[in-house]
Amino acid sequence: MDDFFTTSVLVATAAAAIRLATPYLLAALGETIGQRSGVLNLGVDGVMLLSAFFAYWTVLSTGNLWLAVLVALLVGLIMGVIYAVITVFFEATQGISGIGIFIFGLGFSDLMFRQQVGTPKPVPRLPSINIPFLADLPYVGEPLFQRSLMTYLAFGLVPLTVVLLNKTTFGLNVRAVGENPQAADSLGVSVERTRFAAIMIGNAFAGLAGAALVLQLGIFQPNLTQGMGFIAVALVYFGAWRPWGVMGGALLYGVVNATVLQWKALGIIPVSISDLAGMAPAILTIGALILLARRVHAPAALTKPFSRH
Amino acid sequence: MKTKMRFTARLFAVLGAFALLATACGGDDDTPEAGGALTVAIVAPSASDDLAFTQSMVDAVNALDREITLSITDGTFIVEEAAAAIRGYAEDGINVVIAHGTQYGASLAEIAPDFPDTTFIWGTATDTQGLDNVFAYHPAADQGGYVNGVMAAAISTTGVIGVVGPIEAGDAVAYINGFVEGAEAGGATVNVTYTGSFGDVALAAEAAEAHITNNVDVLTGTAQMVVGAVGVAVSNDVPWFGTQANQTSLAPNLVVASQVYHWEVVLEEMLALRDSGTKGGQAFELNMANGGLVIEFNDGYSLPADVKAAAEAAIAEKSAG
Repeated sequence: MDDFFTTSVLVATAAAAIRLATPYLLAALGETIGQRSGVLNLGVDGVMLLSAFFAYWTVLSTGNLWLAVLVALLVGLIMGVIYAVITVFFEATQGISGIGIFIFGLGFSDLMFRQQVGTPKPVPRLPSINIPFLADLPYVGEPLFQRSLMTYLAFGLVPLTVVLLNKTTFGLNVRAVGENPQAADSLGVSVERTRFAAIMIGNAFAGLAGAALVLQLGIFQPNLTQGMGFIAVALVYFGAWRPWGVMGGALLYGVVNATVLQWKALGIIPVSISDLAGMAPAILTIGALILLARRVHAPAALTKPFSRH
Repeated sequence: MKTKMRFTARLFAVLGAFALLATACGGDDDTPEAGGALTVAIVAPSASDDLAFTQSMVDAVNALDREITLSITDGTFIVEEAAAAIRGYAEDGINVVIAHGTQYGASLAEIAPDFPDTTFIWGTATDTQGLDNVFAYHPAADQGGYVNGVMAAAISTTGVIGVVGPIEAGDAVAYINGFVEGAEAGGATVNVTYTGSFGDVALAAEAAEAHITNNVDVLTGTAQMVVGAVGVAVSNDVPWFGTQANQTSLAPNLVVASQVYHWEVVLEEMLALRDSGTKGGQAFELNMANGGLVIEFNDGYSLPADVKAAAEAAIAEKSAG
C-alpha cells in the first residue's frame, strides 16, 4: 500500500480519474439539462456511439481533430432533433424511445464501422494542453492543468450549465416545464419549444462526450462506450439533477475506477479478487442511488409527455 | 372386374410404399465428398475484424483448402443471442457451425442433440461434453505467452513488464500465465491487471497508463480491448507483444511480435474426420508442435539478434513438448 501513497502514483491516479470522468461528465451534464425539462433520454449511449464513430471516421479521413469534434457535435444535434420529434411532438413513451435510440446508435455505428473502416486503425489522439504557470504547480499541475481541450471543456461547462439553468430565462423555462408544464404553459411558456431546445442541447453534449472518448483513445471499436451512457444517466440521479452534483458523481466514479486500476497494477488487489474489485464503481453508484433515493427531488414532470388536450 | 381393379390398386400401393421406403433409406445427401464444398457458420462474441479472438477464426476458415460458403454472426457476447444464431444455422441446414466462445457451451449442450447431422465446433474448450457431433478446440496459449515473455524480459531496461488482461478465464489466463513464466525466467517483474471486461477499451487504456506510471517499459495484453492499451503504448513509445492475431498494424514500429492462432490446422483435421463420417466427439489442441500457434515477428521493430535467437530457442523447446 505504501507504493500507492507516493507523489508520482497519486498524481497519475488523479490524472487518470479526470480523464476517465470526462466523457461521463459531458454526457451526464447534457442529460441533466434534458431531464430538468422533464424528458428522460435512455439513448445517450447510442448518441455517444454514433458521434464517436463519425468523429473517428472524420479524423481517419481528414486528419483534423477539431473538425471531428464539430462533426460529433452535429451528430448529437441531429439525434437531438430526432429524439425531440419522437418524444415531444409524437409524445412517445420516453423510456422505450430512448432504448430505441440506443439500439439504433449501437447498430448503425457498428454497421458504418464495418462498411467504412473494417479493421481498427489508430488515429491521432487529443494533445494535452498545458495551462501556462498552472501546469507547473506541484501535485495539482499535472492532473488538473495538463489535460486535453475536451477535459477543460467538460469541466468548464459545469458552471456554465449552472448559470444556464439558474440565471437565464431559458433555464427558468426549462425548470418550469420540468416541474409543472401545465402551469408553465398557462403563463405563456412554450413547453414544446423549451423541451425541444433542452433535448437538443443535451444530445449535443452527448455528441461531445462521444468525441471526447474516441479522441482520447485514438481508436474506435464497435460498442466502444460499453454502457457509459447508462452510467451517465445514473449520475444525473446521483447528482440530484444539479450540475455540481453531477460533476461530483463523475469525479467519484473516475477516482474509484482509477484507484482500482492502480491498485491492481501495484498488486495491492490480488488477481484472485480482481473481478470483485472491478465491480466497485458500479456498487458505489448503486449504493449512492439507494441512499439518495428519498432525499432527492426529481423533476415532477419527468417522463410525462405534455399535451394541452 | 372389380376384383381385378382392387388387386391393381393394392399392387400400386405396395410398390409406392416400397419406393418411399427406398427413398427414405437412401444415401445421406448431407455427407459431402472428402474435401468437398461445405457450408460453414461462425458465431462469435466480438467483431470479425477485431484483430484478436474472432478475427483469428474468420481468417482460419478463409484459409481452409476447400470450397467454403461462410456465414458469420459476430458481436454476440450475449449468450442467448448466440444460442439463437447457432440454432438458426443448424435449422437452415448449415453443415458446420463454429461456436467460437467458451460461454456458448451450455447452449450447445441443448442444441447439438437436436441436430445430429450437423457438426458443431466449439472453443475454447477441452472437452465435447459427451456430444458425438461436437468437436472442441483450445489453444495452448501459454506456449506463445512464454516465448513473448522471454523476449519481453530481454528487451526491458527497467525490468518491469505490464500485462493488461480481460477476465481471468480461457485462453487469456493461459497466455498471461505463460507470459509471466517466460518473463520471470528472464529475471523480470511482471505486473498483471485484469480489467474485468473483454471489450472496455477505455479501461484497458487506463490500465496501461497505470502500468507505465509504475516503471513498466514493455506491455502485452489479450482480448479485443487491447487496442486501447496499444494506443497508450504508442503514446509512450513502449514495445508491445500481441496474441491471438497479428497486431502489427496497430503500432508498426512498436509491436515486437504476435502469437498468432492458426485455427485452420485443427479445423482441417476436424473436417477430414467429418468427411469420413465422424461428426464430432474429439477435442483438439492448437500448439507450436502442430503449427497451430506461430510467433510472427514484426520486421518493423529492431529486435536484437540475441533476443530473437532466445525466442527461437524457446519456440523449439515448446514445439518439442
